[in-house]
Amino acid sequence: MSGYSPHTDAEVAQMLGFLGLSTLDDLFDVVPAALRLAGGLDLADGMTEPDVLAYMGDLARTNRPAGRDLVCFAGGGAYDHEVPPVTRALASRSEFVTSYTPYQPEVAQGVLQAVFEFQTLVARLTGMEVANASLYDGAAATVEAVNLGVAASGRDTVWVSRGLNPAWREVLATFGAGTGHRLVEVPLTDGTTRWAESAPGTGEEPGVVVVAYPNYLGCLEDLSAARAVCDRTGALLVVAFDPIAAGVLRSPAAWGADVVVGEGQVLGMPLSFGGPYLGLFACGLAQVRRLPGRLVGETVDAEGRRAYVSTLRAREQDIRREKATSNVCTNQTLMAVTAAIQLGWLGTTGIAEVARRSAQGAHYCRTKLLGLSGVEPLVDGPVLREFAIRLPVAAPVAIERLVDEGFLAGIALDPGYTSGSDDGLLVAVTERRTRTEIDAFVDAVAKVVR
Amino acid sequence: MAAAGGRASSAPLLGRDTEPTLFELSERGRRSWQLRTTAVPETPLEDFVPEGHLRDGPPELAEVSERDLVAHFTRLSHRQFSVDLGAYPLGSCTMKYNPKMCDAVASLPGLADVHPAAPASCSQGWLQLLVELEGQLCEITGMAAATLQPAAGAAGELTGLLLMRAWHEAQGSSRHKVVIPDSAHGTNPASVTLGGYEVVTVPSDDRGCVDLAALRSVLDDDVAGIMLTNPNTLGLFEEDIVAIAGAVHEVGGLLYYDGANLNAIVGVVRPGDMGFDIVHLNLHKTFATPHGGGGPGAGPVAVSERLVPYLPGPRPTLLADGAGTRYGWATTPESIGRVHSWHGNALVLARALAYLLVHGGDGLEQVARLAVLNANWLRTRLSGTFDVPYDRPCMHECVLSAASLKKATGVRALDVAKRLLEEGFHSPTVYFPLIVEEALMLEPTETESLQTLEALATALEKIAAEAGEPGGAGRAAEAPHATPVRRVDEARAARTLVPTFDARR
Repeated sequence: MSGYSPHTDAEVAQMLGFLGLSTLDDLFDVVPAALRLAGGLDLADGMTEPDVLAYMGDLARTNRPAGRDLVCFAGGGAYDHEVPPVTRALASRSEFVTSYTPYQPEVAQGVLQAVFEFQTLVARLTGMEVANASLYDGAAATVEAVNLGVAASGRDTVWVSRGLNPAWREVLATFGAGTGHRLVEVPLTDGTTRWAESAPGTGEEPGVVVVAYPNYLGCLEDLSAARAVCDRTGALLVVAFDPIAAGVLRSPAAWGADVVVGEGQVLGMPLSFGGPYLGLFACGLAQVRRLPGRLVGETVDAEGRRAYVSTLRAREQDIRREKATSNVCTNQTLMAVTAAIQLGWLGTTGIAEVARRSAQGAHYCRTKLLGLSGVEPLVDGPVLREFAIRLPVAAPVAIERLVDEGFLAGIALDPGYTSGSDDGLLVAVTERRTRTEIDAFVDAVAKVVR
Repeated sequence: MAAAGGRASSAPLLGRDTEPTLFELSERGRRSWQLRTTAVPETPLEDFVPEGHLRDGPPELAEVSERDLVAHFTRLSHRQFSVDLGAYPLGSCTMKYNPKMCDAVASLPGLADVHPAAPASCSQGWLQLLVELEGQLCEITGMAAATLQPAAGAAGELTGLLLMRAWHEAQGSSRHKVVIPDSAHGTNPASVTLGGYEVVTVPSDDRGCVDLAALRSVLDDDVAGIMLTNPNTLGLFEEDIVAIAGAVHEVGGLLYYDGANLNAIVGVVRPGDMGFDIVHLNLHKTFATPHGGGGPGAGPVAVSERLVPYLPGPRPTLLADGAGTRYGWATTPESIGRVHSWHGNALVLARALAYLLVHGGDGLEQVARLAVLNANWLRTRLSGTFDVPYDRPCMHECVLSAASLKKATGVRALDVAKRLLEEGFHSPTVYFPLIVEEALMLEPTETESLQTLEALATALEKIAAEAGEPGGAGRAAEAPHATPVRRVDEARAARTLVPTFDARR
């Protein structure tokens, strides 16, 4: 039994006496006796903290984390970028960690201002006018963008590029079962979306068009083609951007995005086996009253001093209930604060440098891999820090063998991307990969595919 | 006299100056970042990226030194109330102490640095952890299996509603309505809409529970199910739960348990034994994973046997084969599909398992008992000071009302909340549930001591007493004075929207 509850036996007796009760169980007299759990939970008794730490440490040791022993070339929406000690230290300050949703702004200016800065940084990265206070992850942000787009356009047909992360497309389909949106997947040709030929077959124009930049295969889409589809049909353009690539790429706003979503894990979060990550969501002021989730705004206090507060609250579920723009309540605020710290650390020059170095590493790695006999490019289009290749062996087999060589080689591509074969491998390179590591990786791939 | 641990009257340290934004601290040419030396050839991007894709210059973020960065965010942290600082009796949010041990677990490199797409051979420890957590949550809820993917309670609600939909469709039944009580959290109706259902609201009776007759009158074969929080948002146990479950099941509906208030009953009574079919849990409430200023949470959904095939996939699973046992992933053909990019908020899930292990079955039962003891102590102590609209034993939280205080003095629940901040405590939840006038919803949790409860009650009594003094209402309306900022102009924020620093001009 843990020591987190401070009550002494004497205090428990005193408090029960104050209530006119004799045992703690008397507190539950309102629970019908037949429902009460006889004999307690079938769980082991509590352990001490050191024993729990040892047990969890043993579990952790049976994993193979990214690091020197397993050099990471995997991406697919989760990337091994630098997370400096300063980000870890500031983001683990207990004032940020152990507070909650800033319902009382007078004692929550710390989180509110950090989120306001986060919103500003995301707006600057995307070029959009407004960003929200975070959503769960990239997939959740895309779902919310589609919901916003359908509401704004009044049309529930959604064209989704197959260049969008397949897991995110699956999440869209899962939630589409509730909203009833008609999701139409638009295929890729040589790595980018084939909008021109995409006759949807439904006979109905889209209300929303979703495209990723760079896309899942690492390719750079010509977003002006997607914008043209939207201009022709009146659909809203949702761009799933990459906040690191945004350091060197033309902003989604410059391409004409109406809503920008993204996965913010790359902004200071460790790989974390997939979470907690950070859903990014930005749009124009024209859509702000449809914005999902929380939004922090600047205002003043009773003495006229600058202050921050959650605003446009009338959109939210606790006020609007079934007519709310979203059901989101708890979001990923600590991750938003982390991203604000990380973007502060990177700054204007750092975000561009990380993007540039990652792209240079990927270019070097890709060129060397394509020099190996039997390794072919999946597509020829321009790529940034991630790219797809075809191997002369099944990708899952190659990945397992490369683990033995000390590399997490990448992600086996869904056969939908490779005409049904299992030889597609998605490789990511970040600014953390040295030339020595890349050279050793290429040598290991050569050995495995031989 | 300080309350043991609970009163934050010594913060903040200094003054009440406004903290400049990162953008105002920025000075061109400063930098914090340092990156690995890689010796990768510095090929110009223009050589391999077509010109139309590259931006002219980097996006302007901020340029600050590491020293400035640390000072800025440290000063911001001094403008923030938190559980670690003092008592946080925010009703419905279960702001209990978050053991530091769980944070240490979440920072183990063998957990924190694992890529989510790593093959199962590289993530056996993670898979085992998730399978063990699922098992414990099923034992606690009385359910057969669970998905750990939903990232928060609301995500769990929507997942549960989609499970409800999939189940009815598999029975060849198309239903359109979901019933919720008028005391429900706002996430419930919002989730119902996103699940493609129509909300039917049933009133509470004069005892604060679901009006059984009213419920029966709305139940028919178009009702997919009911969403209930038990204990409900008034902190009261739904004593008619067996009859409610029988009535809903009789028309072929399912019962959804909103786990927001599970802290009251963990180890005492299980949703499964009450007749619920689908349960979401808020690990950031009941199992003490830190709330993070508004997330990350985790909202696993556990279901009864008949709903198991529909759970989101892939699910971590113990696989047995000729070579022995190992962990892997499995997805059923009937699965509703993924509800998260990866496997859920994994590091939150790891913290929750650590919390469960350190407490064990015996410790968890004590959690609920002490949480309920604390709430009843506060309710009884304060019943002479504020109205108690439903005056009977409560569970983990009590809902008081400032209606009489307002009538007598003009001091509203909001003023009481703001005054309490000056006394070194976080405010209770106010104006919720909606069915209580001038509601003050207090959830002390089991980790606050009797001394803290006494100090909190004394502070509330002092606030009520001062309200009745000459000029008391005016002073209360001006509170708080001692906080980093005074009362914040929320109307102006909405009227003149400034959502970014760049929108200031």
